[in-house]
Amino acid sequence: MRRKTCLLATVAALAATPALADMSDGVIKIGVLNDQSALYADMSGQGSVWAARKAIEDFGPTAKGLKVEVVFADHQNKPDVGSNIARQWFDRDGVDLIVDVPNSSVALAVNQITREKNKVFINSGAASSDLTGKACSPNTIHWTYDTWGLANSTGKAVVKTGGSSWYFITADYAFGHALERDTEAVVLANGGKVLGKVRHPLQTQDFSSFLLQAQGSGAKVIGLANAGGDTINSVKQAAEFGITAGGQNLAALLMFVTDVHSLGLKTAQGLVFTEAWYWDLTDDDRAFAKAFAEANGGMHPSMVQAGVYSGVTHYLKAVAALGSDADGAAVVAKMKELPTDDKLFGKGSVRADGRKIHDLYLFEVKTPAESKGAWDYYKLRATIPAAEAFRPLEQGGCPLATRS
Amino acid sequence: MFELIGVAPSVLFGQMLLGLINGAFYAILSLGLAVIFGLLNVINFTHGAQYMMGAFAAWMLLNLAGVPYWAALVAVPVLVGLTGIAFERLLLSRIYHLDHLYSLLLTFGLALILEGVFRSQFGSGGQPYPNPLPGGQNLGFMFLPNYRAWVVVFSLAVCLATWFMIERTKLGSYLRAATERPDLVQAFGVNVPRMVTLTYGFGVGLAALAGVLAAPIYQVSPLMGSNLIIVVFAVVVIGGMGSILGAIVTGFGLGLVEGLTKVFYPEASNTVIFVIMAIVLLIKPAGLFGTPK
Repeated sequence: MRRKTCLLATVAALAATPALADMSDGVIKIGVLNDQSALYADMSGQGSVWAARKAIEDFGPTAKGLKVEVVFADHQNKPDVGSNIARQWFDRDGVDLIVDVPNSSVALAVNQITREKNKVFINSGAASSDLTGKACSPNTIHWTYDTWGLANSTGKAVVKTGGSSWYFITADYAFGHALERDTEAVVLANGGKVLGKVRHPLQTQDFSSFLLQAQGSGAKVIGLANAGGDTINSVKQAAEFGITAGGQNLAALLMFVTDVHSLGLKTAQGLVFTEAWYWDLTDDDRAFAKAFAEANGGMHPSMVQAGVYSGVTHYLKAVAALGSDADGAAVVAKMKELPTDDKLFGKGSVRADGRKIHDLYLFEVKTPAESKGAWDYYKLRATIPAAEAFRPLEQGGCPLATRS
Repeated sequence: MFELIGVAPSVLFGQMLLGLINGAFYAILSLGLAVIFGLLNVINFTHGAQYMMGAFAAWMLLNLAGVPYWAALVAVPVLVGLTGIAFERLLLSRIYHLDHLYSLLLTFGLALILEGVFRSQFGSGGQPYPNPLPGGQNLGFMFLPNYRAWVVVFSLAVCLATWFMIERTKLGSYLRAATERPDLVQAFGVNVPRMVTLTYGFGVGLAALAGVLAAPIYQVSPLMGSNLIIVVFAVVVIGGMGSILGAIVTGFGLGLVEGLTKVFYPEASNTVIFVIMAIVLLIKPAGLFGTPK
């Protein structure tokens, strides 16, 4: 009996060897690089690490003869810190794929390094549409959402319901600038006008000065081109200064379910914004959220964390199909070739410029009376079909798109 | 409508008022730091975390025990102050005879631990705290929320009372004497170690009080202290380390400067205080109100 087991084990090991041999270092190493401690930690952070691990578990690598490991690190929202970690991971630690990376400044830096080292970068957390525009790379896929998608969904909806004049409160770095630029274009294209804008440093505590300037402009809509803790404080203080009571509306151009949770429904109710995923849409989503909440102290997953799950799943499929993770560009090419299909984002595709294509959703935050329980926060206002959700391929100025 | 340096006067006055409101937070926090440094010679890097603990204590009292804001205003400084006293007795008092750097490292380490614990427990986004004074007044040039007006008035009162206690009362004179010649004061029958402990507890209580004041305006978040503490240190340095009056005056003054920067060049609003700090240190190394040692 023992001899038989031994024999079986040897055969299994031999069968697995060819697949392992083609992997660099014999292991597929995934690095989750994100904000683990500051304003974007709730919507990415350890939750994204959990999502990556869950994707691997659901993929079942052992049965396929693959070995997959996860490492993670905190980029502290600093491009230099993020770049150093990425270099170290690629050069020394044998990391093959970097995922998540919220904060567009860091993401753009990692994008560049991944290309130099010919590895793979799947971005879920950052928003700048430049990642599939002028900064596009054969090694990068932008997974969950982007500023163009947010602008065209939320921006258009707000202008069409009478929000014709805008004032922007913008986070002063790559992400804020991109979101402001893309939204301004939508506002102007739909007959609206922009009365002014103010740019604030990342991680500002007090927004009253900026809100007062926005109030003074008389604009019908105050567009918040910021995210995480910055958006939370803007919305909270706008309520305090009676901005919405005075007839002006807030357009939160990027909000996450974790932000709404932090604000509480009393303050957040009525806000309209765009997300790529919400935990309460399908049975699969709810099951994922349940497992996530159990492992993460009751928190529910954000679209960024869901995107990490979905991105890692597709990456593993591509590597398994290719039989190798050594050539990053080849893996990404395979990911573009294969249709995407996972339980959270459903069927979709990855475009030549690296843009992952799926539906986006326009949500409105429920009132406290409408909410039936913890984390029941959104009602669906509209679904933006995949074909319209993202910037048309030829408009981004990505060299990869024109070549193909 | 005439304009003042490209900005309508109404907007300018509004921004100045907002600057003063932020200055109230700077003042009350830097006052706590100045009291602790002035009397203990300890650079209390835990101050930001203690401010955050104040906000969280108010939040917990409200959500777990139903204690309203007004009661928290009294209870929280006492509770958090007691944790400060425990910290001083258990750890800080053991390293007074060592160089300043050791207390700095100890308090900084404690701040990191506290922030880490709260972050892993509550996430980084923070918790909402209801506004106890909703609504506001239309001043013509701006809408002033009632709660912010209360913050300015109350902080000013606390600052003045603290200044009065330290500079004008017998207790304050003991305290000041004890920092100069602890052995002599002890010889007069004053229990100096206990006085030092209580002073630290009082400074921590001030930080916690600022935390309660901040809770309804900002999110109750584990990061609120670390976001503010660097600015507050700059305020203390500009005012002159340990100077009570310096902390109060520069606190309000720099809030004002920051508010105006938000109008004219908002991108620099986070850095303007450090630029001022550099200039002041070049001209007056001991700070505006400090005395060279």
